Amino acid sequence: MDMIINPTVVELSRMQFALTALYHFLFVPLTLGLSFILATMETVYVVTKRPIYKEMTQFWGKLFGINFALGVATGLTMEFEFGTNWSMYSHFVGDIFGTPLAIEGLMAFFMESTFVGVMFFGWDRLSPKAHLVVTYLVALGSNLSALWILIANGFMQDPRGGTFDPNTMRMQFTSFIGLIFNPDAQAKFVHTSIAGFVTGSMFVMAVSAYYLLNKKHRDLALRSFRIASIFGVISSVGVITLGDALGYIDAHAQPTKLAAMEAIWKTDTHPVSAAWNLIAIPDRQAQKNVFEIGIPYILTPLLTHTETTVIPGIIDLEQQAKPKIENGIKAMLALKAYNANHSDTSALATFKQYENDMGYGFLAKQFAPDQDLAKVNQANLPSVLDKTANATIPNVWVEFWAFRIMVAAGFAMLVLFAFAAYYSLKNQVERHPLLLKVALWSISLPWIACEFGWITAENGRQPWTVYGWLPTFVSASSHSVAYMVFSLIGFAILYSSFIIAELYLMFKYARLGPQEEHHGDAAPAAGGGLAGKPAFAKASLDRQ
Amino acid sequence: MDAYVFLKVLWWLLLGILLMGLAIMVGMDMGVGTLLRFVGKNDAERRTVLNIVGPHWDGNQVWFILGGGAIFAAFPSLYATSFSVFYIVMILLLFSMIMRPVAFEYRSKVPAEKWRDTWDWAFLISGAVPMIVYGAAFGNILEGVGFHFGWDGQYYQTESFLSYLLNPFAILCGLLSLSLAIYQGAAMLMIRGTDPIYSRAKKIGSVAALVSVVLFVIGGFWVSGMDGYVLHHADPAMPANISTPQDVTRVAGAWLHNYAAAPILWLIPVVAILAMLAGSLAMRANKSTLAWWLGAVAWIGVLSTAGVSMFPFLMPSSDNPAQSITVWNATGSAYNLVWMTIFSAIFVPTIIAYTTWCFRVMRGKVKSPSPSDTHAY
Ligand code: HDD
Ligand code: HEM
Ligand code: HEM
Repeated sequence: MDMIINPTVVELSRMQFALTALYHFLFVPLTLGLSFILATMETVYVVTKRPIYKEMTQFWGKLFGINFALGVATGLTMEFEFGTNWSMYSHFVGDIFGTPLAIEGLMAFFMESTFVGVMFFGWDRLSPKAHLVVTYLVALGSNLSALWILIANGFMQDPRGGTFDPNTMRMQFTSFIGLIFNPDAQAKFVHTSIAGFVTGSMFVMAVSAYYLLNKKHRDLALRSFRIASIFGVISSVGVITLGDALGYIDAHAQPTKLAAMEAIWKTDTHPVSAAWNLIAIPDRQAQKNVFEIGIPYILTPLLTHTETTVIPGIIDLEQQAKPKIENGIKAMLALKAYNANHSDTSALATFKQYENDMGYGFLAKQFAPDQDLAKVNQANLPSVLDKTANATIPNVWVEFWAFRIMVAAGFAMLVLFAFAAYYSLKNQVERHPLLLKVALWSISLPWIACEFGWITAENGRQPWTVYGWLPTFVSASSHSVAYMVFSLIGFAILYSSFIIAELYLMFKYARLGPQEEHHGDAAPAAGGGLAGKPAFAKASLDRQ
Repeated sequence: MDAYVFLKVLWWLLLGILLMGLAIMVGMDMGVGTLLRFVGKNDAERRTVLNIVGPHWDGNQVWFILGGGAIFAAFPSLYATSFSVFYIVMILLLFSMIMRPVAFEYRSKVPAEKWRDTWDWAFLISGAVPMIVYGAAFGNILEGVGFHFGWDGQYYQTESFLSYLLNPFAILCGLLSLSLAIYQGAAMLMIRGTDPIYSRAKKIGSVAALVSVVLFVIGGFWVSGMDGYVLHHADPAMPANISTPQDVTRVAGAWLHNYAAAPILWLIPVVAILAMLAGSLAMRANKSTLAWWLGAVAWIGVLSTAGVSMFPFLMPSSDNPAQSITVWNATGSAYNLVWMTIFSAIFVPTIIAYTTWCFRVMRGKVKSPSPSDTHAY
């Protein structure tokens, strides 16, 4: 039986994945960044033994905990969603893609989640040095988890480390090195981790600015502001540098994404003077931008780091896809014949000849008469080719603008951090209330950048889940629309109530600030987690 | 033996160990969540209960997450099919699971009674629902599941979720799983709790163990009569491909064939029953640590009983038995399994070492946190 999954179900599955992933990523960047900021503050405490730094660690640690809980809760959904909603995908690449996910659990989640309990509850039970080590392990664990999930995602963007095997009818793992040293995954990891540091810095800086504006918790706020703004300058520079590298890597691995990101329709045969579009209104139907403001001469060096490399436009990319689609159809038909009869060696030979284009055959299926590739003939081939070629291009409008929003947010934050660090180092921040206000009101910028960054990455990968191999519409599970509506409504209700509870608590505890009564007092301060303190632990408590 | 066959069987065993670790560790926390409203009569008591598992529930939960990841990597087609075919049930499980981290972290951060009471209900749901689903999934799998595959590996499902949820045998298995979790949770409450939590947990736990025995024995008789599946002429070294038809038939009582072939296997269910009975007695004798370990043995026995009776099936298809998912046709490639084995050999001992360290650091009886302490759970 050959049929395609109800397109509405595919759309709903995509919507659900996008919503749950974007939602998960509201909490992830703060965990990634704040965990290292906590570790830095605690290091200063252990080295200088000044209680204010312990208080800072515990105060920011409490906000960390409120955020962390939702990161964990929403991450659970992600871990199972490939199985619940992307059945064919999981079957097709699980041999390769599942491995980094399993290693993530073994290596990162266990470490992070086991030590986080001791980090919150163990202040009175561990020596300051041992506690510091625990805090570092939490930070290391969360960043390792990002590494492995991004290696998995890197495989989807630029599949390396495995290939399709007609005997198992799925992609098989062939090179661990190829998988983990995928340039896309490496650059993505550094870019995303640093994006987390940017987020953590902005969060700490904005909340500290709030205290300074309200003349509360001055000592803690000034010190936190300084640590955050310096962290911020360094990490903004890093995120922009790595972002540039990511664009460069995309240019090689996913030319369709790059062309959409920059809204390039026609290939410019004079690469030296080609213009980079600052603003454009792309029109898919007309295959051009109805309005654009470009800056000449910078496109080619910006994207390719050379003066002369030609960047193919969308119209050309569609033409280049057509022979691949024809080959792909041949590959799929041969594969089906081989699958029905494993001694059909000629079918196997035909498949082998065209196997690298088999994904394009999958993609053509939705446009074949009755969704049956066997019914493609000379008469209907041109229309199948046209439609399929058109489908190889992601939504240009979304791609172009999502990318620009991220980049704009990135540069805005760099400027802000630079001013903040400058005045903070000169001990003058309190004399510049405007700076403090801007810092406070910019708190959402890193989240905006992160979310739109992911939209750039994932929308730009369309129509593929595994670039060039497996189209999105084939990847989904064959559920009914009713099932999808049920789960979507459930997620919407649950996630909305969670975000309300989290924002309420964040505001409540951020407004409340650190508990001042412990100021300058070396006794276990707030955050000591008095729960779980057994009678016999009293001695070790008193030691402190 | 062929190296690939060895790896397939090894990962079948590791899958079993993972499911046991999950049941023991996560099940314990879920049991505590289920019992929260019953062993804690006022807010101070409930906070004590929560802080008993407070430092560890997140680490324990990773058994569940690792379960997902390891099945994905080592049995891709099982991961792909099982979670989709039980979609509504899985989504209910996820909905209840994701309440738990939020409930732990947020419950005691606001003093209002209504707020805390709402989260206490969340603990009940997020403890009981996942354990029932966990057991019911085993029940459904023993009965056979309605799915089949197209030639390209695309899966199709035929049954509605109601038959998975509302079927008596599945419910029986779900209740067995819940009562074992309650027992395990009660044992932990006895280890780290003081009166009155201690004695309430003792009362409930020692009964839960006996209920488990009864449910397990009924389940055993039920299985001996139901249709099982038999795989003929298997080639264990085959390339893992679910669309290759296998020679499978449905036979009444087939789930006991492995026991008939090797009667020594009967020791497994016997150990399970003895562990549950002894566990109940140990609780009554106030040997709470012993009771906890007996609970672990009971879980190992119960899950092994099911695993052994189905081997080599992982998830038989009632729709098209020839496309049943087995240990032979659903594993990852040999290359992948080798890497997975290497990583597990390094990290599982490491995890056990630091988890033990964390439990040691946080050991001892738990007292109620002061009402103004917003840092404890
Ligand atoms: C604080 C957050 C933040 C900031 C300021 C930036 N980014 Fe970013 N970006 C992300 C956060 C992010 C992200 C959320 O982490 C993404 C999503 C996917 C990924 O790998 O990282 C991302 C993706 C992403 C991608 C797509 C990767 C792919 O297709 O796989 C590109 C090309 C860039 N970024 C480039 C940039 C450039 C040139 C920036 C210059 C200012 C920039 N980013 C700032
Ligand atoms: C947490 C950060 C992430 C965010 C915010 C995110 C966002 C998105 C978005 C917006 C889509 C929908 C694309 C579209 O339909 O146009 C999507 C799809 C998808 N993403 Fe991601 N993604 C994230 C991380 C990942 C990672 C790490 C993986 C793999 C490990 C992944 C796998 C997928 C899959 C399987 C789909 C569904 C198929 C599709 O529509 O492309 N995502 N994601
Ligand atoms: C760029 C993409 C992602 C990154 C960087 C990332 C990173 C993280 C981090 C740092 C955490 C720790 C808790 C927190 O966030 O507060 C976390 C939690 C989690 N994430 Fe993600 N994640 C990403 C996407 C995904 C996806 C696609 C999955 C599904 C496979 C996933 C599965 C999980 C799980 C299961 C948890 C809970 C772990 C625990 O209990 O500690 N994540 N993730």
